[in-house]
Amino acid sequence: MKRIAVNGDQAVALSWKQVNPDVCASYPITPQTIIVEAFSDYVADGEVDTEFVCSESEHSSMSICIGASSAGARSVTSTASAGLALMWEMLYIAASMRLPIVMTVANRALSGPINIHCDHSDAMGSRDSGWVQMFAENVQEAYDNSLMSFRVAEHPDVRLPVMNCLDGFIVTHAIESLTPMEDDQVKRFVGEFKPTKPLLDWKNPHSHGPFDMPDFYYEHKYQQAMAMKNALPVFKEVAAEYGKLTGRNYDVIEKYMVDDAEYVAVAMGSTAGTMKAVVDELRKEGHKVGCLKIRLFRPFPYQEVAKALEGKKAVAVMDRVMSFGAVGPLFSDIRSAEFDNRVHPRTVSYVYGLGGRDVGVEDLKVVFRELEAGTAKTVNYLGVKQ
Amino acid sequence: MISIKEMAAKPVKLTEGHRLCAGCSEPIVAKQVLLATDKPVVVSNATGCFEVSTSGYPYSAWNVPWIHSAFENTAATISGVESAYRVLKKKGKIKDDMRFVCFAGDGATYDIGFQALSGAIERGHQFLYVCMNNEAYMNTGIQRSGATQRGAATTTCPSGTCIPGKREFPKDLTKIIAAHELPYAAQASPHNWKDLIEKAAKGFEAGGPAFLNVISPCPRGWRYESAQTIEIAKLAVDTGLWPLYEYDNGKWRFTAESKRIAEGKAERRPITDWLKSQGRFKHLQDPKWRSVVDEIQANVDRKWDELKKLTSL
Repeated sequence: MKRIAVNGDQAVALSWKQVNPDVCASYPITPQTIIVEAFSDYVADGEVDTEFVCSESEHSSMSICIGASSAGARSVTSTASAGLALMWEMLYIAASMRLPIVMTVANRALSGPINIHCDHSDAMGSRDSGWVQMFAENVQEAYDNSLMSFRVAEHPDVRLPVMNCLDGFIVTHAIESLTPMEDDQVKRFVGEFKPTKPLLDWKNPHSHGPFDMPDFYYEHKYQQAMAMKNALPVFKEVAAEYGKLTGRNYDVIEKYMVDDAEYVAVAMGSTAGTMKAVVDELRKEGHKVGCLKIRLFRPFPYQEVAKALEGKKAVAVMDRVMSFGAVGPLFSDIRSAEFDNRVHPRTVSYVYGLGGRDVGVEDLKVVFRELEAGTAKTVNYLGVKQ
Repeated sequence: MISIKEMAAKPVKLTEGHRLCAGCSEPIVAKQVLLATDKPVVVSNATGCFEVSTSGYPYSAWNVPWIHSAFENTAATISGVESAYRVLKKKGKIKDDMRFVCFAGDGATYDIGFQALSGAIERGHQFLYVCMNNEAYMNTGIQRSGATQRGAATTTCPSGTCIPGKREFPKDLTKIIAAHELPYAAQASPHNWKDLIEKAAKGFEAGGPAFLNVISPCPRGWRYESAQTIEIAKLAVDTGLWPLYEYDNGKWRFTAESKRIAEGKAERRPITDWLKSQGRFKHLQDPKWRSVVDEIQANVDRKWDELKKLTSL
């Protein structure tokens, strides 16, 4: 298919149009709103069969998706920031009911102070909710992740909800070049939705979401943990198939000049793109630097990360979130992954870009400069005015 | 209207073996509601006594598809189920004509689930919402809700030396729901199964959202002998505290015993009969709280007159 110019939100809406989900429940919130606006245009023009439900809150959006998915419908929603926070209770329930709901999160800072711009505090707040979480670097990846996520979510070994994260404004509102798949290609790739024990199969009645006592709760959580573990090899399998169709090959991590690098910065989302530009510039100056991008954040690719970072001189981990009273969540995971290696490079944390604070090439060069000079502290607050 | 004999021969949708208390009105209400339709039905249940006691894994008392997801969202959950039904029917994946019903307590309806209910009604989903109103948070141990009666003692509005139970009157939820101008809303009581089933049947066939508020006496929370549940429910109606009426496509109508009272064919009993029947109002027997009793009676009278006006429109 020929290339088109769209922003990240429009790219997600396009992926949904091509999937033609059964139910979409949504509530407006910046910077996600373009997705549901664009999608409601498809609904109004009869380009999809979807029942489009304009809920009265994000809590209800997720509840509607839970009801619809349990009933036997392929269900989608999208949100950001406070909307995701309002859904919090239902995120855990969607995951524990093993419902393959697909949701896009336009990453935006949590209040307060109220702020509409990008950071990862919303997604990180739902880190342990049992959702598979993927981060997109750009518009193309927002589209590609969205399509792949249906296959991951609905895989019989997984049956878990998937959250596609794209940086608010930076990806959601930036117009970039996108190469979409053909409609029928998407249809074949995603396939027919096959629900398990749907409510609407009334001749075979099932009870969904029953009360669990201490004799079974733990076992259900264990099954959920195993399903989450399965999501990693399943993602690789799905991505390989997607790569064959599109020529765009994705893995759980992406190594950009990492193999021969001495100093590596780890990042997620749009910052990985900026970091690659930094790597290009510094490489020209003779610095042996690289960027490790995490695409699949949950389940976390511990082994892949450990292998990628083995033997490095120093590692900087970029967290676009503040974890009060502790280190950043990505930093914590990266250090934990490295622990299984024989030798541990000095690994430091950089908190950056909160509430949409712009972080450009020059800002990120500081990270490598401090890594090489050995002047980076264990925890650094990049560019904060003191 | 079918006979009791015919009803007894119908398939059992909520089976015995659940763990609700002896004398609990909730399974009585649910069984009556479920007798009101012969179409395949999906049940959405809010968190509460009814959900906990009918679903303890790995058992289930449900012979029909049943879903529970959380406390405050049963109307949103059924919105999702019903939306799935609509789209799958449109796609030809479902052939049968199906019905959808929510069961929720007063906490899940008057308080925490009010927004989700209002939203689902406004969106026009086809479902019957049944509030089993036992006038407090019974599952957590009898705490005050927006449905708790003035003067009732609960564990969070106890009767003390200074405060005689709940200070406020309950919100009039049935009227608030009717203000959504939905096809059908009604109040019912399990003592009059015929009236309740007729109303539930109208709700199921309303072609849009329908709401049934059912007085649901709770022996534990209201402090009465468990054999008296049905008598207590009847007393709520006979005193005018819980009038039986319906809002049917814009038209207000008294029904059953309340209709007889309104037509002058029966006497409305004094509220003191109601207050004396339950331990939660015991403290109001103290002459010191006489003014509270008078206030409660005055409020029943005022609301009764209001309904009379509405039903004469």
